[in-house]
Amino acid sequence: MTEPNIPVTEDELHAYVDNELPAERCADVEAWLAAHPDDAARVQSWRDMAETLHARYDSVVDEAVPKRLELERLQRQPRRWLYGAVAATLVAFVAGGGAGWVARGAAATPSIFQSFTLDALDAHRLYVVEVRHPVEVPGSERDHLQQWLTRRCGWDVRAPELAGLKLVGGRLLPGPSGPASFLMYEGASGERFTVYTAKAKTEPTQMRYSAKGNDGALFWADRGVAYVVSGGNDRGRLTQVAQSVYDQMEKSGG
Amino acid sequence: MNAFRQSVEAMIPALRRYARALARDADIADDLVQDTLVRALRSERLFLGGDLRSWLYTILTNLNKNRRRSLARRPPLVPLLDNNADASGTEAEARDIERALSTLVEEQRSVLLLVVLEGMSYRDVADIQGVPIGTVMSRLARARAHVRAVLEGERPALRRVK
Repeated sequence: MTEPNIPVTEDELHAYVDNELPAERCADVEAWLAAHPDDAARVQSWRDMAETLHARYDSVVDEAVPKRLELERLQRQPRRWLYGAVAATLVAFVAGGGAGWVARGAAATPSIFQSFTLDALDAHRLYVVEVRHPVEVPGSERDHLQQWLTRRCGWDVRAPELAGLKLVGGRLLPGPSGPASFLMYEGASGERFTVYTAKAKTEPTQMRYSAKGNDGALFWADRGVAYVVSGGNDRGRLTQVAQSVYDQMEKSGG
Repeated sequence: MNAFRQSVEAMIPALRRYARALARDADIADDLVQDTLVRALRSERLFLGGDLRSWLYTILTNLNKNRRRSLARRPPLVPLLDNNADASGTEAEARDIERALSTLVEEQRSVLLLVVLEGMSYRDVADIQGVPIGTVMSRLARARAHVRAVLEGERPALRRVK
């Protein structure tokens, strides 16, 4: 028998309502609620809230599934919609917002670190939301992608192999001082990482971290090329990915 | 149709419910579900077993986060209050809960819906959002307190219109 006088915490009240409380503690919580009408009223309000939510949304489960969500159909013609138009709108949108961010966050002449990271993060934010046209050349054409980007960027562009991530593909983008290559990778849960690289007249630098909203980026430069690896706000995972990119560039002499 | 696709298909109605409550607009909600399904089908070979249900909810939650981020610089669209005096009790309640949800921040709305509407365990939600269980619990507590306050007619402290 547990000591009934141990005060019941806020977390325990929630766990009790959500059936996450260990069974042996339930009697204590019930005794507590009998003695604390304010807590009892809150618990009741959470139960009412759950009932209201179910009353409002459960009917969706019984609706006929619309044709456009049939798997056969999605399988047959998976990607040819009007996302181009949406992307174009977003380009204008992000470009405008991004310029404001530079003006606010940096001095009149942003450093190479700032301008590259900003461009890379904007590209990252713009394209990771794309489901159907995130890239110009798909990852299945890795050789062609590398040759094309190498030719256009003027240095040996290699798409690294990253553990647990699949190469979605790549694009060519305008960078701060010439063309930039942009590679996108995707994990099993849809989380995306991008690798942005371009020539840069700068000394080799150590990795520097920068975050904007829910996105993080790691920047470094080596042998006249600047790299920015962008991803979500999990800094540990991002560092892992960036390290792996760095190691492979090091090996290939990129 | 293989077992993977059958399992995905069986999840569509529940995914639609979650998306509807999350996005509030029925078309946007089905767009989210459609994009989730496209990704799931495309990543079939990347799915290494495990909990298919959590995986699909994770994709949908991530997609919605990305979608909202791309809209983040636009003003939030909160429907004007239509004080329809004829609305029956249930309709009024449905409208109130929608309005209360719309004033929650994204992570809190998602936690509340996953736990309360979709019946997910705290552990599953922690995995879906990629945060510790303690964060799930504090988001849930804040979501409930906020929704309760809105439903009881207090002014939500969250949104201030300039």
